[in-house]
Amino acid sequence: MTSQMPKAVPATNYNVEEIRKDFPIFSQKIYGKPLTFLDSGASAQKPRQVLKAIQKCYAEEYANIHRGVYYLSQVGTQKYEDSRVKIQKFINAASPNEIIFVRGATEAINLVAQSWGRKFLTKGDEVVLSRMEHHSNIVPWQMLRDEKNIVITVAPIDDKANFLFDEFEAMLSEKVKLVAITHISNALGTITPIKEIIRAAHKVGAKVLVDGCQAVPHMRVDMQELDADFYVFSGHKLYGPTGVGVLYAKEELLNAMPPYQGGGDMIRSVTFEKTVYNDLPHKFEAGTPHIAGGIGFGAAIDYVESLGFENIGPHEDGLLEYALDKIQTVKGLRLISRADSMAGILSFTMDLAHPHDIGTILDQDGIAIRTGHHCAQPVMDFFDIPSTARMSLGLYNTEEDIDRLVAGLHKVNRIFS
Amino acid sequence: MSETIDDVIETFDFLEDWEDRYKYIIELGRALPPFDEKDMTEENRVHGCTSRVWLIHELVDGKVIFKGESDAHIVRGLVSLILMIFSGKTPAEILTIDARDTLDKLGLEKHLSPMRTNGLFSMVAKIKSIASAYAGIPAAE
Repeated sequence: MTSQMPKAVPATNYNVEEIRKDFPIFSQKIYGKPLTFLDSGASAQKPRQVLKAIQKCYAEEYANIHRGVYYLSQVGTQKYEDSRVKIQKFINAASPNEIIFVRGATEAINLVAQSWGRKFLTKGDEVVLSRMEHHSNIVPWQMLRDEKNIVITVAPIDDKANFLFDEFEAMLSEKVKLVAITHISNALGTITPIKEIIRAAHKVGAKVLVDGCQAVPHMRVDMQELDADFYVFSGHKLYGPTGVGVLYAKEELLNAMPPYQGGGDMIRSVTFEKTVYNDLPHKFEAGTPHIAGGIGFGAAIDYVESLGFENIGPHEDGLLEYALDKIQTVKGLRLISRADSMAGILSFTMDLAHPHDIGTILDQDGIAIRTGHHCAQPVMDFFDIPSTARMSLGLYNTEEDIDRLVAGLHKVNRIFS
Repeated sequence: MSETIDDVIETFDFLEDWEDRYKYIIELGRALPPFDEKDMTEENRVHGCTSRVWLIHELVDGKVIFKGESDAHIVRGLVSLILMIFSGKTPAEILTIDARDTLDKLGLEKHLSPMRTNGLFSMVAKIKSIASAYAGIPAAE
């Protein structure tokens, strides 16, 4: 089942017990029990390094940025722009101008749809999505379809949740102007062959937008290597604050795109007759930005980089293999995530209990998992289920967390039998 | 339905372990009268619940009889509690009942996620608006 998954290499210099001490939330008890947090795919916990950076921003270095000539404003501007450069290096973008701060991946996709899409897509143009997209990568395109009469087509998956590359490739034609596909499915954990997807789409002249929310916390992503046109992700899933995310886009595309919102910071000069827009990246960042969020985001990247993906990746892959092995000892458990290539996420259902029942019982033992449709109803429909229970891993999870989950699932069977 | 909400409160006091309380709620759900599959329509859905919940109603001798269903066991048990509180009462009675009070007495609020609690309260809101319609007065929202 996981033959193509990278075989877990014991990360010798990865001391997860020490790493857990960086996360204050793990020092508390839930209903008197230790917290077993297996919902990082929804939002990750924050290390004290991130909290400290946010605290420092407000307590010692706070002022509005990009405006003041005075000391505090200069310091704040520097730190905020340093974060942009950290993100640029983190994903190996060509320039900080290609890093647009947004509220999160959802806003990033809406920005591309409303700015690039409205300008460059016309009636009959096709946008290819995949069956396992998050609603955030479906609805903005439907809104655009209703406005511009574009056509949305959906690349299929098989019943093991593998992305069907050949079928996808067959859908490509000159009419396809955009392919918008996830890098790792949030509902299933499937890793899509994103490099091949991008190459194939470029062959027919289509642009590619990648939803990288689940990929960026788990693996190194390199914009030069991938050659994605747009790549979006959120800070809060990468151990950073909520309310801040990134739109990466190639500079030439950003230059050709009209601003998304109007306001302060995105202008060079304004008269009632004419407004001249600011240069990149500020052209797309109207209004006072999420200053502390941006700075906290930078601290999160420093943190993840200090641990290294060469360690985080194998640690999480090893845990996923361990979980796959253990979870199948649970009677009546149906694994929905069965793709050949997966990361960090396992979705499942149980014969005896609804996912909400599962989640409620696990909660009593301090175990946090996600239950529901994971904002991906089309993929739930594909498997003919209303919802799943989903565990998702973070860099701080341990085999003990998995053991507790599995014990909890045995308890679910006991209670509902 | 033979069990009343007062019986439930009494049993809850007696059961100290959360696991036993949940088992009891599940039992209450299992005891709900069967719900016709043809009534599981979009129109009868109660939204705001994280699982799927359906509610139907009819007026018999001036009293509103509710029937409910959910695809999750625990939620079906909670639906059963709500029906104990509201079903078989006159529209005027229904409009004066404060369900929050009863659920607080059961100590359920601390064992229910806010989302599911919201689901319960959207169910109560739906019941109240049905009662308002039967009473011929606009729903107070």
